[in-house]
Amino acid sequence: MKIGILALQGAFAEHEKMLGSLGAETFEIRQKHDLSRRFDGLIIPGGESTVQGKLLAELGMLDDVKAAIESGLPTFGTCAGLLLMAKKIENDSRAYLKTMDITAVRNAYGRQLGSFSAVAAFGSLGDIPMTFIRAPYISEAGEGVEILSEVGGRIVAARQKNMLAAAFHPELTDNTTVHRYFIDMIKNPR
Amino acid sequence: MINERFELNKNLAQMLKGGVIMDVTTPEQAKIAEAAGACAVMALERIPADIRAAGGVSRMSDPKMIKGIQDAVSIPVMAKCRIGHIAEARILEAIEIDYIDESEVLSPADDKYHIDKTAFKVPFVCGARDLGEALRRINEGAAMIRTKGEPGTGDVVQAVRHMRIMQTEIRRLGSLSPDELFDAAKDLGVPYELALYVHENKKLPVVNFAAGGVATPADAALMMMLGAEGVFVGSGIFKSGNPEKRASAIVKAVTNFEDAAVLAELSEDLGEAMVGINAQEIELIMEERGK
Repeated sequence: MKIGILALQGAFAEHEKMLGSLGAETFEIRQKHDLSRRFDGLIIPGGESTVQGKLLAELGMLDDVKAAIESGLPTFGTCAGLLLMAKKIENDSRAYLKTMDITAVRNAYGRQLGSFSAVAAFGSLGDIPMTFIRAPYISEAGEGVEILSEVGGRIVAARQKNMLAAAFHPELTDNTTVHRYFIDMIKNPR
Repeated sequence: MINERFELNKNLAQMLKGGVIMDVTTPEQAKIAEAAGACAVMALERIPADIRAAGGVSRMSDPKMIKGIQDAVSIPVMAKCRIGHIAEARILEAIEIDYIDESEVLSPADDKYHIDKTAFKVPFVCGARDLGEALRRINEGAAMIRTKGEPGTGDVVQAVRHMRIMQTEIRRLGSLSPDELFDAAKDLGVPYELALYVHENKKLPVVNFAAGGVATPADAALMMMLGAEGVFVGSGIFKSGNPEKRASAIVKAVTNFEDAAVLAELSEDLGEAMVGINAQEIELIMEERGK
């Protein structure tokens, strides 16, 4: 199994390390030609959505990535990655890949002083630690979107077919539950 | 609780990796920086080159000016306080700044003590010239490190020297036998626990950016090649002929620093670079501030 990690900006190395510890092979996607390699899953990491979104467009990768996700490529977005996949961002006129039927709120908990950690359930897989850094949340989820986690009444993790989105950063903890769930999505597609 | 806060603050720096943090002095410049792909902006009244030219005592910026920049952009906003100026830092925390740079670019308020950054909820980034300085700042609570370089010169030589020294010392510490670490920690002037972390992990315990004198996409790429995890660009952008284009090119150079063909394309036709002054031509040596 080979997983491509979008490495335009942000915390992509942390995903590489965690997937590596689970035995998955990874490589970094920095340019359009990297997308022509064969891979079974895609990670869109945390970072700044404005930076990653701009680079995706200007490096000519936006349409290719969107098409790959729409044709069923298992894709996991954390934080900025969630924003990039969202159909709509409530408090921002920008939208990027627009593949997932969710509306997100950006910087939903305010500035860095609003960053926090929590422990909450991830689907049926029990409680896991969650790190929220200037995080978004999902304010609306369309039909066909399965809600996996809620914290304080807000949706913070969800799945729609081949797409998994988390407002928090499992790659910053040592709990591998969410990454194992994603690997399972690749092995057993819906 | 303090430890949890420190983790969250370190984590924010991890989100900035692979990115460019740009100095801005107005909301308009902040918008240009955000549109060009900055992952954060540093709000300050005067960029280092102008601080150098103006002389005199240089202080924290007007909070109103900083708030104007916070309102103008959606990316993290940083601001500088003077070394050891606890009150300026408290003011920046009160306006909910995302990161405080306890910076040698401003006139030091305390020529002996740095701020006890563990007493704050907001994160701090600090400059360092070598591993000892970096680990001392981290011990004081800094959640991110950057090279000092020599700000406001457009001359990258000091940033290169500082990054080289840091990486060499990290490799050296990594190669020691465990019983040699106690003495190495003493020589570096740092706690044993931090020396042990570097020995075991072959890296700093926090994110390490390059800063000081970066003026071109090639400069930025050079710093990434030398091991920086991202780049601060101060005077280099808004002191150049075409800030939008240069800023955007530096952002792309940091992402694709290993691809020379891309760098060549990015370096074309950027207009006039910041004029710059050679570090040996200046009288005020900012990197000497705060050890």
